[in-house]
Amino acid sequence: MDAPAPVLRMSGIGKQFPGVRALDRVDLRLLPGEVHALMGENGAGKSTLIKVLTGVHPADEGAVELDGRPVAFASPLEARQAGISTVYQEVNLCTNLSVAENILIGREPRRFGRIDWKRMRARARELLARMELDLDVSAPLSSYSLAIQQMVAIARALDVEARVLILDEPTSSLDADEVGQLFRVMRRLKEEGIAILFVTHFLDQVYEISDRMTILRNGRLVGEYLTRELSQVELVAKMIGQELEALDKLHGEARAFTRPLVEARELSRSGAIEPFSLTIHEGQVVGLAGLLGSGRTEVARLLFGADHPSGGQLAVRGEPVTLRTPRAAMNHKIAFCSENRKTDGLIEDLTVRENIVLALQATRGWTRPVPREQQDQLVAKYVKALRINPPNPEIPVRNLSGGNQQKVLLARWLILEPRLLILDEPTRGIDVGAKTEIQRLVAELSDGGVAVLFISAELEEVLRLSHKVAVLRDRRLIAELPNDDELTKEVIMETIASGGRT
Amino acid sequence: MSTLSLGGGRTIPAKYVPVMVTACLFAAMFLAGGVRYEGFATGQIVLNVFIDNAFLLIVAVGMTFVILTGGIDLSVGSVVALSTMIAASLMSGPGWPPYVVVPLVLLVGSGLGLVMGYLIHAFDIQPFIVTLAGMFLARGLCYTIGTESIPITDPTFTVFAQTRLDLFADLWISPSVVIAAVVVVVAAYVLHYTRLGRAVYATGGSEQSALLMGLPVGRTKVAVYTISGFCSALGGVVLSFYMLSGYGLHAVGMELDAIAAVVIGGTLLTGGTGFLLGTVLGVLVLGLIQTILSFEGTLSSWWTKIVIGLLLFAFILLQRLFSARSRL
Amino acid sequence: MRRLLWPILILAALLLVNVIFTPGFFSIQLREGHLYGSLIDILRFGAPLILVSLGMTLVIATGGIDLSVGSVVAIGAALACLQISQDQGVLVAVALSLGLCLLLGAWNGFLIAAVGIQPIIATLILMVTGRGLAQLITDGQIITVNEPAYKLIGGGYLLTVPFGILIVLVVLAVTAFLTRRLALGVLIESVGGNAEASRLAGIRARGIIVMVYAFAALCAGVAGLMISSNVSSADGNNAGLWIELDAILAVVIGGTSLAGGRFSLGGTVIGALIIQTLTTTIYSVGVPPETTLLFKALVVTAVCLIQSQAFRDKVFRRRGGTAPPQPVNEEKVRVST
Repeated sequence: MDAPAPVLRMSGIGKQFPGVRALDRVDLRLLPGEVHALMGENGAGKSTLIKVLTGVHPADEGAVELDGRPVAFASPLEARQAGISTVYQEVNLCTNLSVAENILIGREPRRFGRIDWKRMRARARELLARMELDLDVSAPLSSYSLAIQQMVAIARALDVEARVLILDEPTSSLDADEVGQLFRVMRRLKEEGIAILFVTHFLDQVYEISDRMTILRNGRLVGEYLTRELSQVELVAKMIGQELEALDKLHGEARAFTRPLVEARELSRSGAIEPFSLTIHEGQVVGLAGLLGSGRTEVARLLFGADHPSGGQLAVRGEPVTLRTPRAAMNHKIAFCSENRKTDGLIEDLTVRENIVLALQATRGWTRPVPREQQDQLVAKYVKALRINPPNPEIPVRNLSGGNQQKVLLARWLILEPRLLILDEPTRGIDVGAKTEIQRLVAELSDGGVAVLFISAELEEVLRLSHKVAVLRDRRLIAELPNDDELTKEVIMETIASGGRT
Repeated sequence: MSTLSLGGGRTIPAKYVPVMVTACLFAAMFLAGGVRYEGFATGQIVLNVFIDNAFLLIVAVGMTFVILTGGIDLSVGSVVALSTMIAASLMSGPGWPPYVVVPLVLLVGSGLGLVMGYLIHAFDIQPFIVTLAGMFLARGLCYTIGTESIPITDPTFTVFAQTRLDLFADLWISPSVVIAAVVVVVAAYVLHYTRLGRAVYATGGSEQSALLMGLPVGRTKVAVYTISGFCSALGGVVLSFYMLSGYGLHAVGMELDAIAAVVIGGTLLTGGTGFLLGTVLGVLVLGLIQTILSFEGTLSSWWTKIVIGLLLFAFILLQRLFSARSRL
Repeated sequence: MRRLLWPILILAALLLVNVIFTPGFFSIQLREGHLYGSLIDILRFGAPLILVSLGMTLVIATGGIDLSVGSVVAIGAALACLQISQDQGVLVAVALSLGLCLLLGAWNGFLIAAVGIQPIIATLILMVTGRGLAQLITDGQIITVNEPAYKLIGGGYLLTVPFGILIVLVVLAVTAFLTRRLALGVLIESVGGNAEASRLAGIRARGIIVMVYAFAALCAGVAGLMISSNVSSADGNNAGLWIELDAILAVVIGGTSLAGGRFSLGGTVIGALIIQTLTTTIYSVGVPPETTLLFKALVVTAVCLIQSQAFRDKVFRRRGGTAPPQPVNEEKVRVST
């Protein structure tokens, strides 16, 4: 392929953080009119590379060239003025401002220095129309869903005369339709000659949209490849640096489950989930499948007492219970690893050890501290068992990578020896190695008699682990499917699509 | 709440609800006062609240800018006192003319604000602490200039203090009210129609996001503290029209009144949400409380504090209920 | 320990300045069975501030702030003195007064934990109202008491040591025991570090929050007793005026972030001592006392600058010591779906 001259070239980029070599002489080039995937596990250096490019962090070494001219951006503003726009992984907008402002703030249309609100709203509507969105642009952004907010962020990036558009995991909170919509926009921009740097954890999406990819591992460059010349297996191998194990079903032989542990009857919460009934048996892994926003997390939060139900009953081991707080659920040996590690899981200030023993300490109350020896023993045991890295329990948990943070969170609940472990997206945003380990752990727990409610956006993963799959759609539990040989990804997708009315 | 059904069936956007509540509270207090006291329900009573609190209104406008960015400025009361002190001492001692003194005072106030803003932005220090240091500094400078009250006899100042601007129907205001009104209008324009104003809201909404959106967050933060310093200095000038003296113990605790007015006006202390109109209403509510207590007459002075505190409580509780409901 | 380095150095520097101007500064003498000396005076006069700051430390660690402690100091002093002036027993008066303070603190905690009002606003209410209440209790007068037993609290000696210092030591020991020996400390840090995550980990934050505000008010109450006992009178208007600002300052100088999370009791004590030593220094150096506030402002600024990472980077040109890789999205948008 006789490639045109790259619009952007980064060479020999190095970046050191205290204790971490985040980037070690990494190269990246972007050609005009291509979608370029930046691939790598968590901690590979993708985010850091993007931040160096957009002027969030200064590079320690290396050079950046835009159109053949050396550049160094001191701030995201400078980068954007030079034509490099970024949409970050999580929405970075001001939800207290209106949609129109979020799209145009910083370059509002003005007349004699006065912001021209009318033209501003018109311009915002125009940009959203380009993405086939019709919103009330004067409403505050907080009144829209996360997916819409993501689209608004992209609309914002589009307004500038962008040469390079960086999309850092834009799809992680979008459903299939919205992803399709985003890809249509990406293709249109590509035709306009814009170079798009695309970061995602979804391999299917990489193969659907990207032309070329750069792979990073542990802060080093693995290589640059044409997407059509690299198979999925090769890609994964290059990302994790080892051959992927065969994806067997991990849940073993079909077992008969006779001892119901948690039974929900017509449990509901208005505005969150319609009445549903679900029985989880001891040692059973129940998968929850459904699109984003279908009510998966809501089911989990009700079973853990994190939200109050507005109707229905819940029984644990046959006894009717009311779970007013997470503490009440914990007293019934129910544990919940929430989807959002940073906001709902870890206390980033505290050390790994303190985070691991936190739930145990909470159940004992502040008057009965967990003896230090016991803490050290427990922590050492789980750091070893879960291969938490670095294996130093006295460092702040914020210094760990996503996968290791997830393991810390798991350890916190495992030391409570729960009867039911609710895992909400435990493998999202973590590397493949840690993912397999967590899946194996679920299987082991189930063998040991622990019930697991497993929530994941990846159907393969749900199918691989679950004895039974509960399917959700539009805040309604529409089907419970035993995971036998006939259950496939397609069957589940069909169930979701048909609404379970077959 | 019955006061909310004013809109008749039309829905009021959630962001206007706190301001509406403050407005209703003010109206209710005014009506209650009118029913209870002879000669209360007149337009002049409202205007008197403005006349007596013009300086507080100006200071609260500056405070609104700061609080909208999610910051706080504890130095305002001290800067007000320092301004009266500098003005009084320069005019009575070396006998400088007012047209030199007033700009100088405004410059000093803005300069103090600028330095505080710079410290907050450049070195990432908590606004609470930096402005606390500013509060100590300004108060300390007052005492260094002098520990006694210095009277102001300058004719320009006394003219300002005594002039009545007659409106229609026997209503009148003081020149200070005009100054305050101009400040409010200019500030409202800046907040709503300029990039600086919108950056203030964005910074308060999410500083991190504002930064990533390429907004000049640092400059905005420095600007709001400079504005607050300017407003405090101007408030000090207006206060010296009112008091005709400079004194290191003027405006003690005024930062609390300013914060209370902003909060009662519906601006969230976490930043990003609120309107300048709310602050105006907040100042009016505070002023009206004092007016009502003075009409009551028999109550000891400490009841003022208790009533302001209780009303602050009732009002915060009300807002809390509304914000809990509007989130559903 | 490293984060205590700067506060300790500043305290040491302040003490050194004193030695230069007052050669006998470090000497401690035993006179009539009482310890005397400048260092003892610093501890003695600093005792109320240390107490209030200890309570404030726990409050700040939960991510809150308590602006009302100054008013609580005044209320505690006012009630105790009123009771004693009405021939009530000292113990009963002290108990009643501290009981009221506990109640006021619990009220703060209730507003914050149960009603969900921001701490700065919730305690602002009591800060404003409390001054009025204290004056209501004393009926606007300054109540003078002459009761030797009450005098002991703030002005007396026990086993040669000023009684106030002993109170501080006991409160410090109890606080350290509750937070570091028992598990209160880690739970407070957890709630302050991330309230929602703590709730989902099963921590009952409400109880903890009510407890720390009650504790802060109790400390303020004891400080109020000390102050009023030392001057044998209660002044509803001026007792404990602005002590909340000094206390917050002491906590921050001591290295506890106003954002909540990790806290350091030792740092707070050092912070409070720095503030007290500063006042003493100004007198011993011979600067006019009117300028105390100026020096306070300078020291506050200096301390904060030195503790600021950004400042140290700029001044000392340290490489590699820049901010750790901060996650870009501290406040992620939560959207209820």
